[in-house]
Amino acid sequence: MSFYTELLIAISLVVSGLFGVVGSYGLIKLKNTVQRLHAPTKATTLGVGGVLIASMIHFVARNGHVSVHELLISLFLFLTAPITAKFIAKAYMARNMKADQLPQSSGDYGWSVYDDPPETDANQ
Amino acid sequence: MLRKLVPHPLLSLTLVFVWLALVNTFTLGNLILGIFFGIVIPMITAAYWPDRPKVGRPFKIIEYGLIVVWDIIVANIQVAMIILFKPEREIHSQWIPVPLELTSAEAITVLAGTITMTPGTVSTMLSADGGCILVHCLHSDDPDAVRDDIKSRYESRLKEIFQ
Repeated sequence: MSFYTELLIAISLVVSGLFGVVGSYGLIKLKNTVQRLHAPTKATTLGVGGVLIASMIHFVARNGHVSVHELLISLFLFLTAPITAKFIAKAYMARNMKADQLPQSSGDYGWSVYDDPPETDANQ
Repeated sequence: MLRKLVPHPLLSLTLVFVWLALVNTFTLGNLILGIFFGIVIPMITAAYWPDRPKVGRPFKIIEYGLIVVWDIIVANIQVAMIILFKPEREIHSQWIPVPLELTSAEAITVLAGTITMTPGTVSTMLSADGGCILVHCLHSDDPDAVRDDIKSRYESRLKEIFQ
């Protein structure tokens, strides 16, 4: 492995480490639960991404062929991170917030945590 | 016949790709096994997919993907800066309702996921009829701009892809 590939790998690892630390620090610093959601869903995406890029470069340089496991990991991450965030947000709102603390929805129906969906044939 | 065998061509293709990526080596055996999964899994789960989303315009999808990846990188840096350098009392968090023009469940799911992954916003819930999405913004002094940004940057592109 040449010096430059090693340098590239090292840089991605350090960058990802920094973002990981910032994301975790955000969990301590931000005061309310919904704000805290922002830290792990964003800052850590680049944190994990950096490790995956480093891993891909490493395996291309060492074995000479591309490893696609890293792409799958980022795909699964993109699928699961928003869902986790949504679950936490909805659970928090159902327990700790009232409908009048939130802005009105633009349609005829209120937010789904507080309001029933319109009746249709499908859900009767 | 082909319709019956492969009710969801896109799902089947995705499964074949994911299987090949999981085993990480391309051999004929793995390809055949992947195709087997690509046919059997959609059949078993067909009951959960009552309508197949119409997805068109492959170039639009690639464009959308690139924009989202770029925004994720920018978002990471912005959120990191807010966390590191903004004093607690100067962070103005906002709830922003965004009226939706998208109607298909798949398109709304993609939009909600995109909002969560990109600059300082987390999508938290839909209105009960699915016509409006509630977005929490970590720091913004101009909620209307955030709403318009979401609508023009992501929703309009998704509308072209899913319709």
